Amino acid sequence: MAAIEARDLIKSFRGTSVLKGVSLNIADGEFVSLVGPSGCGKTTLLRILAGLELQDAGEVSIAGRVVDDLEPKARDVAMVFQSYALYPHLTVAENIAVPLVMRRLTTAGRLPVLGGLMPHVRRARKGIAGEVATVARTLEIEHLLDRKPGQLSGGQRQRVAVARAMVREPKAFLMDEPLSNLDAKLRTQMRAEISQLHRRLGATFVYVTHDQAEAMTMSDRIAVMMGGELLQFGTPDEIYAEPVDIRVAEFIGSPRINVLEARSDGQGAASAGPIAFSLANAKPQGEVVRVAFRPEAAELAAPDTGLAGRVEHTENFGSDLFVHVRAEGAAAPVIVRSRPQGRRAQIGDHVGIKVAPDRLMAFGGDHKRLAAVAA
Amino acid sequence: MTDHAITDRAITNRAMTDRTALPAAAAGNARPAKARAPARKAARRQARTAYALLAPALLLMAGLLILPLAAIFALALTDYQLGAQAIAFIGIDNFKALAVDPVFWQALGNTLLYAAMVVPGSIGLGLVAALLIESGTSLRSFYRAALFLPVMATLIAMAIVWEFMLHPTFGLVNAMLGVFGIAPHNWLLDKATALPVLAVIGIWQQFGFAMVLFLAGLVSIPRQLYEAAALDGVPGGWERFRLITWPLLGPVSLFILVISATRAFQVFDVVYALTKGGPSKSTEVMLYSIYTEGFEFFRTGYASALTIVFIVLILAVTLIKKTVLEKRVHYA
Repeated sequence: MAAIEARDLIKSFRGTSVLKGVSLNIADGEFVSLVGPSGCGKTTLLRILAGLELQDAGEVSIAGRVVDDLEPKARDVAMVFQSYALYPHLTVAENIAVPLVMRRLTTAGRLPVLGGLMPHVRRARKGIAGEVATVARTLEIEHLLDRKPGQLSGGQRQRVAVARAMVREPKAFLMDEPLSNLDAKLRTQMRAEISQLHRRLGATFVYVTHDQAEAMTMSDRIAVMMGGELLQFGTPDEIYAEPVDIRVAEFIGSPRINVLEARSDGQGAASAGPIAFSLANAKPQGEVVRVAFRPEAAELAAPDTGLAGRVEHTENFGSDLFVHVRAEGAAAPVIVRSRPQGRRAQIGDHVGIKVAPDRLMAFGGDHKRLAAVAA
Repeated sequence: MTDHAITDRAITNRAMTDRTALPAAAAGNARPAKARAPARKAARRQARTAYALLAPALLLMAGLLILPLAAIFALALTDYQLGAQAIAFIGIDNFKALAVDPVFWQALGNTLLYAAMVVPGSIGLGLVAALLIESGTSLRSFYRAALFLPVMATLIAMAIVWEFMLHPTFGLVNAMLGVFGIAPHNWLLDKATALPVLAVIGIWQQFGFAMVLFLAGLVSIPRQLYEAAALDGVPGGWERFRLITWPLLGPVSLFILVISATRAFQVFDVVYALTKGGPSKSTEVMLYSIYTEGFEFFRTGYASALTIVFIVLILAVTLIKKTVLEKRVHYA
């Protein structure tokens, strides 16, 4: 168990800048997700934490110790790879045992025949077998111990990879999109299992994903990355309700947040059609300000109230009904959550959209959040 | 080449299933027989097409492989001499003669000894070269091409170059050894060194082939396995090689083993160019024996018997591969 700290990490590959000064403080025992679109640098950041990649500048410390000079194995972190990276020629039991065998036996002790002749090696091997069995029991893969990875399903391989990471009780677990090769149903199930595992082990988890739903459901805190920068680091609630950057707002949440373009009047007020608000700091006249609100912050109303538009498409999830409205002045359809019960909006209906004033968010031309009050 | 073989096999399989399926269908229910008649016709047409497409390959195989092989088996049981009018069936007399022929045993022993030096030598050197090239960053294609060159070169021409290098008075080898104070030596005329020297030339010629195959094998090992190993505490170097590289190269290594063993058994050109089996039969090898018996002494029947022993030797390698080694190799 350990806190992980990254300070001003910079990394580029052949002139392409991948990390542009990322700092991150992960508390001991915390579950942190690094989330962002592909190519945002999240995997590179994880690999730098693991020691598989060296940063060009900046510092990584684990449990209060700077680890930049340490090899991956000396950092005492375990990693679960997207491809699982199981040794294909070893059985499940042997796969799980590798980290223990490598740490506890000497080179001579690891030799196949000679090692078996030494009593202390035999004792150590017995201990390792016991620990492997314990971990296998925890993850319910005992019946698979004699199989080879090639004979396992995706979900089983995933568990074996987690078991191999768990067995030596590392300070931290680094996971690189571990669920992306699983089908949707299994993914949801494994999501819950990994969360439970985190609670039970109490270790620090750093979890890379491009799936905002995984990040939202599993994490204590989420780090949203884009273009090599850390845009926001906060709890799922903060990230969802109070995004500091419009790119965060757009990336997190499904269906995505509605964004309308507004123009500043130069007096500290701005409006997008009927939606008007005042800015705490006045912007020059004509500057584009964007206003955003979540689908659940809006509701359908009579055609002459609020934002006017025509229903273009509806998505029924059973619990929710999302109505896509082609509204005046909006580039993309505005999505409004409504209830499937009662009268439903039909495609082609003319409707109005009312937005809860306290749920409006304004963003400046530099993507950053602006302090604003709905008028 | 392999593509053709696969397609051919697929077609044969198809033709066979069609043929075996037909009588079964006919013997089945009589009722839908009428309905099936057109289908049967179509199946027969397909089978005909299949055989037509197979014919060229079958003819070539029969003419170039099966017939010569059968001829050798037949000749091995006769006293036929090349160009002679008479031929007589003598049963296994040729093999009996072989069994007591010291030259044959010498040739067999030398061939095995040569293979025992060349096979591990070329595989080991090929693997080391492949690992070095793979881990390096610059000039990789240059090294690859340079080390592969001997494989492509004509060995007879290369043998002549080696002959000059090994020349006892002005050869490069002795000159270089002289720098270290080692007295000049007539490598190819010494019974003790002639075969090992030929083996060194064999290794030099073959290891590039193993190297290229190992390089292909190395590329196909997922990088993530090495990264997982780095985190799992595998110390690197030897231990990493033992845990990941070597087992995952298993199928490639097995293939290289069989190919290079077969090629080592077939050693002929260097012997022919450099030593002619001498000094005093110390470099006499199977193929060279077959050649001298068949085309210098014209004892075709005897040479055929030798050839059969040689074929059995090659078959044995394949059989060992099939039965023993393949079970111990992990195929992903």
